[in-house]
Amino acid sequence: MKPTDINDPEYFHKVVDCQHACPAHTPVPEYIRLIAEQKYTEAYMINWDSNVFPGVLGRTCDRPCEPACRRGRVDEEPVAICRLKRVAADNKGDVKKHMPQAPFPSNGKKVALIGAGPASLTVARDLATIGYELHLYDEHKSGGGFMRSQIPAFRLPETVLNEEVNYILDLGIHTHFNTYVSSLKEILSKDYDAVFIGTGAPKGRDLPDLAGRQEGAANIHLGINWLGSVAFEHTKEIGKKVIVLGGGNTAMDCCRTARRLGGEEVKVVVRSPFKEMKASPWEKEDAAHEDIPIIDNHVPKSFVVENGKLKGMMFEKVKAVYDDKGKRQLVSQGGPDVFIEADDVLIAVGQENSFPWIERDLGIEFDKWGMPVVDAVTFASTNKKVFFGGDASFGPKNVITAVAQGHQGAISIDLMCTNQDLNVRPSPYVNLVSQKMGIHEWAFDSEVVNDDRHVVPQADKKQTLTNIKKEVELGFDHITGFKEAERCLNCDVQTVFTTDKCIECDACVDICPVACITFTDNAEESDLRSMLKIPATNLSQDIYVSSVLPTNRIMAKDENVCLHCGLCAERCPTSAWDMTKFFYNVTKAGKKACH
Amino acid sequence: MTYIRPKFRHPELIKNKLGYTVDYYEGALSTLCAGCGHDSISAGIIQACYEMNIEPHKLAKLSGIGCSSKTPAYVLSNSHGFNSVHGRMPSVATGANLANNDLIYLGVSGDGDTASIGMGQFVHVIRRNLNMLYIVMNNGCYGLTKGQDSATADQGSKNKSGNINLFESIDLASLSIELGATFVAQSFSGDKTQLVPLIKAALNHPGFAFINVISPCVTFNNNVGSTKSYDYVRQHVEATATVDFVPEMTEITTTYEEGTTKQVKMHDGSYISLNKLAQDWDPLDRLSAMNAVQNARAKGEILTGLLYVNPDCSDLHEMLQTSDRPLNSLTKSDLCPGSEMLKEINADLR
Repeated sequence: MKPTDINDPEYFHKVVDCQHACPAHTPVPEYIRLIAEQKYTEAYMINWDSNVFPGVLGRTCDRPCEPACRRGRVDEEPVAICRLKRVAADNKGDVKKHMPQAPFPSNGKKVALIGAGPASLTVARDLATIGYELHLYDEHKSGGGFMRSQIPAFRLPETVLNEEVNYILDLGIHTHFNTYVSSLKEILSKDYDAVFIGTGAPKGRDLPDLAGRQEGAANIHLGINWLGSVAFEHTKEIGKKVIVLGGGNTAMDCCRTARRLGGEEVKVVVRSPFKEMKASPWEKEDAAHEDIPIIDNHVPKSFVVENGKLKGMMFEKVKAVYDDKGKRQLVSQGGPDVFIEADDVLIAVGQENSFPWIERDLGIEFDKWGMPVVDAVTFASTNKKVFFGGDASFGPKNVITAVAQGHQGAISIDLMCTNQDLNVRPSPYVNLVSQKMGIHEWAFDSEVVNDDRHVVPQADKKQTLTNIKKEVELGFDHITGFKEAERCLNCDVQTVFTTDKCIECDACVDICPVACITFTDNAEESDLRSMLKIPATNLSQDIYVSSVLPTNRIMAKDENVCLHCGLCAERCPTSAWDMTKFFYNVTKAGKKACH
Repeated sequence: MTYIRPKFRHPELIKNKLGYTVDYYEGALSTLCAGCGHDSISAGIIQACYEMNIEPHKLAKLSGIGCSSKTPAYVLSNSHGFNSVHGRMPSVATGANLANNDLIYLGVSGDGDTASIGMGQFVHVIRRNLNMLYIVMNNGCYGLTKGQDSATADQGSKNKSGNINLFESIDLASLSIELGATFVAQSFSGDKTQLVPLIKAALNHPGFAFINVISPCVTFNNNVGSTKSYDYVRQHVEATATVDFVPEMTEITTTYEEGTTKQVKMHDGSYISLNKLAQDWDPLDRLSAMNAVQNARAKGEILTGLLYVNPDCSDLHEMLQTSDRPLNSLTKSDLCPGSEMLKEINADLR
């Protein structure tokens, strides 16, 4: 193998598994250390810069970082990254004084943002501070988009959402709320320099062909519409017996909301096996905790309506069968169909994009599924003034993805407005600083604690099920937050190897608790992986390779389960190993990168 | 500040035949200087015991005084240990061995503990062929008292303060062969591919096994001009042969060129497989081993690998015909066989 080029920021970025997995590449270990130091404001600001909605995401993020967390590969469970973010948001001081203060000198450019969800709000924040005049349109009375209409208040209190939406609106955004945009042509005819479309995936998927759908319509609701109606307090009750169809996070929100609006026997019925449901495991746990059974392997057959009144639904029992390629098919178990009683049914089987308001003669190309053709890097459409982001660009994902796409959309808009090439993306901000303080002293807590993952305490069920606004999770207190933060392995503190200094004494090899390091003859990667002290089988993790040493060997380090404990560097008599903090931050629109 | 080893280990560690992963053979975290050769030897001991499927409670680790003699703390936490008086490890090992023939005895010593204060004990334990492995971690200086030249420092070697050693050094390997040691090897702490098989073979040897391991002292004897520095040793190492220890019942799959390979059969059916590099050397011939070591020395080289082995030797127990059973397992009826037996003995003496 060739020596690893550690000057390429992406090499060490990949070692920080959580940050790499995060769509917005939030510097996770950096803010977790700040939380451990009780510097909540600073931790919040690192988040705010990167993911814009720390308080919201600290409660509701899909957490792609946690399955990626290195700790999950050596310990039972990953660090509770998401809920630590909430600790920063809950305990922060005055963050507003650390934010850019409006008004900003104008650059004379105007941008329209359609839909006030996380993607558009991110674009607004990034562009406002560099002088753009932003016009934000939304059909609802306040901003937030699906964060407001889809996420129930018992998971995300309105105050938290309002606070973080307002940080952005206070940057001098021109809001056009209660304004449904029915024609993109009309928007384009105004003198906007660019238009960003962040209208989400607003259409709930229905089951229109199922028998009884029409007859029972009064008691059959589309999940996302129903959640929105609850959020805006148009809907305040539901029948005692409720069936929720679907196995995603929306289904989980529907069933838990139904429990709070008078649903006593709420059941989730899902086609797939329990294990394969799309809902996050913790959301399924929370539903179970509220006495909601999840009935899997049941395919809906019909709505049963008697005398114009919905009585329940018929289901066919199925089982999952997999072919050679692992493709799943649901086949009938052969038994009789099952009847489940219901006063109301909530359909949460998916959501779709819908662009009835975009005229098809504006130079915006749509594919055969009715989705706009969007560049995956620049988020530009085929009309050079129009950009897409969030669920509107590539279908339903999640808040953090929408934020990440918003950042990139903002960069593209800025590049376009300043006549630059959209494909030349700004380099990330990168910094490497040695953590050495003394022979056995580091500027970070190198000791690896053995604690299991701490559980987030919840409010009493008696309270939460009777008050829809009562937040279920209480969040970590200071002490637990500190303990959980200490579980972080500091993967951003990199083990940096200097070949010239190495005397090949083997001290690092001997001390490494997880047998990462091997001194060996060089070979091609596939061979080298098998030649290591413990063969490196996790191909998603790189091998760090040095240049040739005096004995003609190389140092090869499997990054896979490195604990970043610093023992290799402590045991190195010549400081050939150093623990070096790597800070990587995605550059935002109009900002200069720095190495 | 750490000095704390994380409890996490690589999730894909392989278990040995006893069901233990290698970490079960670890000891406490070493407090020796960073980069000390001794730590590498400790790692070699841990690896060898793991690979040999040694039940930790069937091994006793013993030492005297010195940096090297701290080793029992850093290896094999689940084994018996005895940290004895300076230079007196051989007598403690002899006593323990005579009392309990069932344990494996692993003595770790240094050049001071062996070649200076302990020399009197060292030579006698060799000639008695006590069944043990005696490892010397040899760094040519007294590291614990700030680096004075030891008795194994080579003549002409320069120490950290710039002084040249005026005296002849004691060559422990030659001495051991001379005194009749039945397994003698030499190695380097920076070469575990050689060291680990040597330790395995030595642990398996039924008599006195001696391994002299050159182990640089990074703090006091790793300077330019020292003959025990990492750089110097690497440049002057010459191996007798590559060594592989093949346990009993294992099919020999490695093939070497005709004439260069030799298999030394051990008492229990296992083999030491040697791919010879040195000329005119036969590991079973004491005289040629002696010659090989001295020739290398004359050339200024350090000869490593297996030097001499006599696989069919009698250890102290056999020679003295002492009890095969550990003394702690002898019952009153074994020790006081009764008046009938006494009569028989007395009759024999008439």
